[in-house]
This record gives sequence, C-alpha cells and structure tokens, in this order.
Amino acid sequence: MDFIAGVFSVFPALLGATPVVLQLAVGAMILALVGGLGLALARLSRNKIVRSIAVVYVEIFRGTPLLVQLVYIYFVLPSIGISIDPIPAGILGLGLNYAAYLSEVFRTSILSVESGQTEAALSLGYTPVKALWRIVIPQSFVVSLGPLGNYFIAMVKDTALTSVIAVMEILKTANSINSQTFQTTEIYTAAAILYLLISLPLSRLVVVLEKKARSHE
Amino acid sequence: MSNSVAISIQDVHKTFHISTSPSFWQRLRDAKKNYKSVEVLKGIDLDIVSGETIVILGSSGSGKSTLLRCVNRLESIDAGRIFVNGELVGFVEKNGELVDERPRALAAKRASIGMVFQHFNLFLNKTALNNVVAPLRAVKHLTHDQARERAIPALEMVGLGDKLNTYPSKLSGGQKQRVAIARALAMDPSVMLFDEPTSALDPELVGEVLSVIKKIAHSGTTMVIVTHEMQFAREIADRIVVMDEGVIVESGDPETLFTNPSHPKTKALLSRSNNG
Repeated sequence: MDFIAGVFSVFPALLGATPVVLQLAVGAMILALVGGLGLALARLSRNKIVRSIAVVYVEIFRGTPLLVQLVYIYFVLPSIGISIDPIPAGILGLGLNYAAYLSEVFRTSILSVESGQTEAALSLGYTPVKALWRIVIPQSFVVSLGPLGNYFIAMVKDTALTSVIAVMEILKTANSINSQTFQTTEIYTAAAILYLLISLPLSRLVVVLEKKARSHE
Repeated sequence: MSNSVAISIQDVHKTFHISTSPSFWQRLRDAKKNYKSVEVLKGIDLDIVSGETIVILGSSGSGKSTLLRCVNRLESIDAGRIFVNGELVGFVEKNGELVDERPRALAAKRASIGMVFQHFNLFLNKTALNNVVAPLRAVKHLTHDQARERAIPALEMVGLGDKLNTYPSKLSGGQKQRVAIARALAMDPSVMLFDEPTSALDPELVGEVLSVIKKIAHSGTTMVIVTHEMQFAREIADRIVVMDEGVIVESGDPETLFTNPSHPKTKALLSRSNNG
C-alpha cells in the first residue's frame, strides 16, 4: 500500500510536465507533417535533383539515431553560432526526424491512389498540380491516417529523449525528483503510467478518425 | 456550321515501349535491354464532323482505345497531329516544330473534351452530386450554388436525381457510369469520348447506360465511341470505323458496313457478334 501511495504522491509533480510533452509532440508533428508531405512530393518529382535531395535527407535522418540528432542540434549547432532553446530544439529535432519517416507514409499512400482518379481529373480539365492537390492527396490521407496515428503515438513517447537536452518533460522531471527523494520505483512507475495515460486515448482517437474517414467506402 | 470538322486526326503514330523482362533478377541485370516496342497506331487519319457520332470497332489490341486516349492527350503521340475544334491538342507549333503544350493550356482544351472511362473513375471520396460539382468549381470556377444548379439537372438527365448524396461505393456499375457521364456532360464539352463505356458492366446494366448515350447523341453532341456492342453501334452511329493492328481497315455508314462488309476483319467482327 505504501508503494501505491508513493506513486500517487509523485503524480502531481509529473503531471505538471505533461503540457511540455504535448507541446513538443504537437509542434513536432505539425513540422513533420508539412516536411513529410514536402519530401514525399519531392520524391515523386520528375526533376532528378529535387528527387535526390529528398532521398539524401531521408537517408540521413532515418540512418542516424534521433538521440544523436537532438544532441547535435542542442550542443553542436551553438558552436557555429546557432543557439536554440531546449523546447524549440526538441520540436525541431523530433520534427525533422519524423518528417523523414512520414515522407514514406505520404509517398506510398499517394502512389496507392488509382491512376484512374488522376486520369478522370485530367480529362475534366484539372491541371496536373490541381489534380494532385484536390483529387489524389485528399484520397491518400485516408490511407495515411492509420500509420500517421502510429507515428504520433511513437512521437509522444520519443519526447522522453529530449530530457538529455534539458527539456523539463516527464522523464527529466522524474529524474530530478528521484535525485532528491530516491523513491526510484514509485517515481518511474508513475512516469510510465502517465505516458500510457496519454497514449491510450490517442490510439482510440486514431481508430475513430480512421473509421470516420473511411465512412464513404 | 454543321459541316465544320470537330476532330481532325492526321497521320498519328504511337509506339508503346513495354518491359518484357520475365523476372526480377533479369530486370536487375540488364535494366535497359528488355524493352519491346509495339507500334499501336500506324498512321491514323480521321476527320469527324461536328455533331457526328462515330463508333470505332475492333478487337482488343487494335489500338482503338489508345487512339481515343490520344485525342485528349492522356496518351502522347509520337508523330502526326490531332486538332479539336481547329486547335492542336498537346502541342504548340514553334518555327515548324512541335513543342509540348503548357499544362494550363492543355487542361483548358481537355475541359472541352468530355471523356467516359471503362472503369468509371468516379472520385471515390465524393458523393454523386459532388463528383459533378467538384470539377465545375475547380475548373470552371463556379460558386457552390452555381455548380449545384448545373449538376442537379445533369444527374436528373441520366436518371439519378434521387442518388445525389450517395457515394460511389453504394451505386451499381450502371449508376456509376451514368454519374460519370453526367460529370463529363456538366462541363459542357464540345465533343464526348466514350472508352468502352459498358465493358465493365454486368449484362443487365448495359441497357440503362446505352440509352443515356443515345439520348446525348440525339442532342447533337459530337461523339466518338469505342465499344463492343455491335447492335448499339449499328443503331447509334452515323459512321463506323473498323480498326485492326493500328490502322483503319474500313469505314462507312452502318447499314452498308453491316450488310456488306468488305474487309475480312470487319466480317470476322460481325460474325462473332452474330453468333453471340
């Protein structure tokens, strides 16, 4: 019983760090969505240079650890005169990294839309760009929604990595409480439960949104 | 004006480059070698008069669908010229050379060429009404109300006034094709192209689509129809064109062609349909 009481006692302090987690996750997800769609379109471009730039970007950000990227942005960039505060640095690092993964989601879902849809749009007088934005991309979102939801949940958990660049999120807060009270088991159990409490409603939300998006099928 | 040429196809050639590699590993080894060239159109000449209904017959692989798709440049052509309403489609002529047309200019020409596809190609995430409304808004820049005012009568004309808010997944094949026809017609095109409009339909649904097409033909729209429905071709066509292996082998008015076909290919096509 002491254990449960201990978990509950550290909860309020950790709860205070939740807005930071949401701020990181939402901010980084917006960056990753915009960046990912841009990269996907670049990958599908007819211009070879544009295509190569996107490929190189994806390979670099997918091929190096997110933790290293965060450390790089926060500790290395200042040496060339670019200093970024912890939270913006965290958003930037998470966003740039996830953009690489999301670009693959967008690229494959755009390709999954039947070519007949594009042909119909073109035959009706849509320009290729208009056909892409008004007909193909809206339909591809239905396909992307599930994977995007998964990545968003993964992102929420990956915000814990920003603890190494001094962001006072849940894990960092837990660390600092632990160094004062040494209630290690209680503190990290509470932290784990808190992550779960954020993730579970999100995965329900993804299921509901996906069902809604597919309602016309 | 009734004798003006709506579509003029002049010496059109088209070759497909088809990958023939049988296996993945072979494709990896010599990626560029395994291409087979098939000339699908070998110099097609065809003038279609405004208001005329042309039916193109031919067996699979004769190039009839490809020819139709070249008219609105869903397929590019290798040589020749195609004019719709006197304007070159897909190219502009610069110092005697043909240069690819700008996307915007090509789109404007396509807007006046209606096309109906074998597999309907309705926008799956839009209701019947919004399938018709969306292009009117995106291409013709109508307001939502103006677009509705044009879309609803178009859907009523094809007998789907009661299906306005139905998604394609809840429509039968025949209904889908009629929405697709309404969508093309609402754009007020000067010519309509039909690419095997009934080939993907269950036999009992063919009739409803054919009767809508007949209705349009009687309204005086210029139409080019690729079909396998012989009886329908005979009833609706002002002129029938028979294609085989990329060339036009015979053309003429339906009665002459059906009662007294001169080319062996035409005879073969007709006898097959009579048996079936």
